[in-house]
Amino acid sequence: MEDTICAVATTPGIGAISIVRVTGIDAIKIVNSIFRGKNLEKMSSHSVIYGHIVFQEKVIDEVLVILMKGPKTYTTEDTVEINCHGGMNTTNKVMEVLLKNGCRLAEPGEFTKRAFLNGRINLLEAESVNDLIVAKTDASRVLALNNVDGKLTKVIQNLREKMVKLISNIEVNIDYPEYQDEVQITRDLLEKYLKEITDELHFLVSGAKSGRIVKNGINVAIIGSPNVGKSSILNHLLDEEKAIVTDIAGTTRDIVEGSISLNGVQVNFIDTAGIRDTEDVVEKIGVDKSKQMAQNADLILFVLNANNAITEEELLLLHQLDKEKVVVFINKNDLKINISLEKLNDYPIIYGNTIDVKGLDGLKAAIEEKFSLESIVNQDMCYLSNLRQIDLIEKASASIQNAWNSFQNGMDVDLVEIDIREAWEILGELIGEASPEELVDNIFSHFCLGK
Amino acid sequence: MYDVIVVGGGHAGCEACHIAAKMGKKTLLVTGNIENIADMPCNPSIGGTAKGIIVREVDALGGLMGVVADKSHIQIKMLNPSKGPAVRSLRAQADKITYPKNMQKELFNTNGLEIKEAMIEDLIVNNNKVTGVITKDGEKIDGKTVILTTGTYLKGNILIGAENTPSGPHGEERSNYLSDKLKEYGLKIIRLKTGTPQRIDAKSIDFDVLQKEVGDNCYWTFSNDNLPSYKLDEQQPCYLIYTNEKTHDIIRKNLEKSAMYGGYATGVGPRYCPSIEDKIVRFSDKERHQLFLEPESLFYDDWYLQGFSTSMPRDVQELMVHSLKGLEHAVINKYAYAIEYDAIDPLQIKPSLENKILENLFTAGQINGTSGYEEAAGQGIIAGINACLKIDDKEPLILKRSDAYIGVLIDDLVTKGTIEPYRMLTSRAEFRLLLRHDNADLRLRDYAYKLGTISKDQYNRLCEKRQNIQDLIQYLKNQHLKLTDAIKKVFIDHQIDIPSASMSFYDLLKRPEITMAFIELILPIEESDEIKEQVQIEIKYEGYIKKTYKEVEKLLKLEEKEIPDDIDYTNVKNLATEARQKLAAVRPKTIAQAMRISGVNPVDISVLSVYLKKEYNSSL
Repeated sequence: MEDTICAVATTPGIGAISIVRVTGIDAIKIVNSIFRGKNLEKMSSHSVIYGHIVFQEKVIDEVLVILMKGPKTYTTEDTVEINCHGGMNTTNKVMEVLLKNGCRLAEPGEFTKRAFLNGRINLLEAESVNDLIVAKTDASRVLALNNVDGKLTKVIQNLREKMVKLISNIEVNIDYPEYQDEVQITRDLLEKYLKEITDELHFLVSGAKSGRIVKNGINVAIIGSPNVGKSSILNHLLDEEKAIVTDIAGTTRDIVEGSISLNGVQVNFIDTAGIRDTEDVVEKIGVDKSKQMAQNADLILFVLNANNAITEEELLLLHQLDKEKVVVFINKNDLKINISLEKLNDYPIIYGNTIDVKGLDGLKAAIEEKFSLESIVNQDMCYLSNLRQIDLIEKASASIQNAWNSFQNGMDVDLVEIDIREAWEILGELIGEASPEELVDNIFSHFCLGK
Repeated sequence: MYDVIVVGGGHAGCEACHIAAKMGKKTLLVTGNIENIADMPCNPSIGGTAKGIIVREVDALGGLMGVVADKSHIQIKMLNPSKGPAVRSLRAQADKITYPKNMQKELFNTNGLEIKEAMIEDLIVNNNKVTGVITKDGEKIDGKTVILTTGTYLKGNILIGAENTPSGPHGEERSNYLSDKLKEYGLKIIRLKTGTPQRIDAKSIDFDVLQKEVGDNCYWTFSNDNLPSYKLDEQQPCYLIYTNEKTHDIIRKNLEKSAMYGGYATGVGPRYCPSIEDKIVRFSDKERHQLFLEPESLFYDDWYLQGFSTSMPRDVQELMVHSLKGLEHAVINKYAYAIEYDAIDPLQIKPSLENKILENLFTAGQINGTSGYEEAAGQGIIAGINACLKIDDKEPLILKRSDAYIGVLIDDLVTKGTIEPYRMLTSRAEFRLLLRHDNADLRLRDYAYKLGTISKDQYNRLCEKRQNIQDLIQYLKNQHLKLTDAIKKVFIDHQIDIPSASMSFYDLLKRPEITMAFIELILPIEESDEIKEQVQIEIKYEGYIKKTYKEVEKLLKLEEKEIPDDIDYTNVKNLATEARQKLAAVRPKTIAQAMRISGVNPVDISVLSVYLKKEYNSSL
């Protein structure tokens, strides 16, 4: 690999320590350049070195550095792990320094990808090989996942147990139709079981959503005319919370203007440039662009000026946004309030200003509440923080949704089962327990059949 | 010199020799007893869930089982009629006298097929190439290819209680040496077990207290080309019967006396065909177990007591049978027994059913570790076809998992192996929505026509059927529902919501509550029931069918990635040990097959793919 990448390896949030992992051709050189202590380039491999991370003569954190030279590392490249003190601010500061000194922010899963790419396999080049990993067959095609939390694994195991019982019962009804003593899965029974499965799956889906938030942060798109004080809101927030990452292109085309840490979770502010130019306001094209950019955001902060009446253009834009995501922020509430709220009845409204020190507290509270940040961070469970895992949970959930659709369309039980089985297989992939014989084994251990 | 020598006249052997002769090869069937050709030593039925679809597939490929079963049954019904179209399957009570007779007639009339009575105890082998067989008397018969379909005859042992009798099924002579010879030639031999229940004398059964099970009140045929040759009201009933606490007590008290629990048996029995003592032990909380009484034939009085298979001694069997309601005074004409036999580890077989170690040797049926007449027939026809193709130096016919249950069966066997006799189940087929009873001909007859195993007439009928299906779909798309008062009344009379707007009948049929029969009340349709059913399935289940095809496509891509025969897995670095061992044992032909081996995970597949790319410059 040509470049050197870095990422926070531990789950973001509050913890005693967090680990920043750097891997690549210049990993040791780059860390050494910001490290005060022994010369890392002269240390032997697989050793732990005490020292400080320093930037522009200022000490950022007291750290332990674990030095691992390739090829005996996860990625087979030189790898350095920096054990920082907990808390997002310090950790992110270390990240920022690394990024400024030649590292690139790792893409999700990039460490693992490199492990494949180096000496083993070229996943990107060989698309067919990639197909192998996503293809659905009856065979075990499971990457062992050690990082799924034990508690969560249990939840998934129980759910799969419930599913496989239902599936094998349906299969038994199909393969042994003459056995009248066995429970027949009727539509009524199917509905009951499907409800139970949906409920349990819902728990996992919300966990996955939280996991996504913890992993990626919350993207907030700020929309508003230039005179509403959008940039001062941003500056006020960033100044107070100390901007941690600036001008780093995100994964989308949107520009992250800045991020703050709220309750341990990263909140990224995205500037939607759509209505920056007043000339364009009336043009639908400008509205469309804002809409499009706001689409990827988790929250749309629609900023209005308390002092001015709401304009037609503003309303036009507002109505085209995803209502579920919109929070209306009435800025400059220190001034006289001229705005008419009648037209905003359907939206949550928050007041604030950028004059008082606490002028934006209401806004922060609203974000915390909307995403239940407190409970996310305080809950004592490990989330599905890996994107692949989150994807799988969402896929399983989609399969169960398909099962419901088919059920409601009057499809036969054995067809609805196809979707349930799909969800069951996906969850098996998630916890690494799928085996081709699992279903048949279950059938014969739970049902008494045969000549 | 024969082209094809088939050893064994069971259901696999019958299909194998028939199809080979049909493909123009000089064929010999060698069997221990000509009268026993196509004998049904166990249950008196053909078909059943999934199995019935295999019969349809054998028929589509030009085989005999369906044709003969249609002429030989005394009851037939469609299983799962109220479930989705993918899981429907025919099951017939075959007459145990008529079925073998009709099959024998077919074989005697097959051009190019000779039949000989002899026991085969060895093969002629030169440099790992099989060139013929040797009889018990030392006679050598030369053949370009040999197909072994020896059933349970390899070192068969019949177990009743502590009694252990070397024998084939019902007292036939067994083969004593052939499996040892195979071992000498380098094959791994496994020992399997199966069982069969009691036969009860009809005159001693009190039918009046039993629950009757009758055949369907409409006509069915297994074969695509047969017209029904039976009368609905001449079908014979079966009866339902249950075990009770008394039965269970007898079994529990005498458990040690059974061959299985007494430790007299060594073979592994199938889970789907447990002995009654197994059922009582493993499901101790069940108050009763369901059994069936099935007539074996119109020409003698034995009734088959399905579900009561056991290896208990005779005196205990008497007690057990007499504890059943309706059988208090039953006379047991044949006692239940377990039978152990030698089979070859199916991991040593190629997907063509040719042996990996011995060239020109093919195997089919129980010798490959399966159980069931239908499973045997399905392999038999493939072994026969591929022996012929081998002689002609052509590519073998390998049915895909998305083509046929036969494809699933063989792929499972050669990829996963088996430790118990393998029975086909619908749950084994991931693409079962495509592998339906109703479309076996559409799936397989193109192959058959290319091979020359079906006639031009049969092929023309297939083409016509396809055309008619397309025509009817087009017709339904073109015709639009006009909501006149008369038509509205039809909806109201059937308590179906009237559509709010006009729409094509094609779209109307997509609605869950609308059937083709309902549409016919409004729109005249002239096609046959077969075509109507086909179209209804295609339209109603379009979403699921499309989804399945997508999965198939993914799989087929991977099936195209071939693994060279000469690969040495010890050279592939970074493979997990288990994966290396399994890959070396199975020697998968394609990447897709490699993925189905348990113990081979995606990382191993990736490692293997890179190796193939590097070493063989394959397109992976």
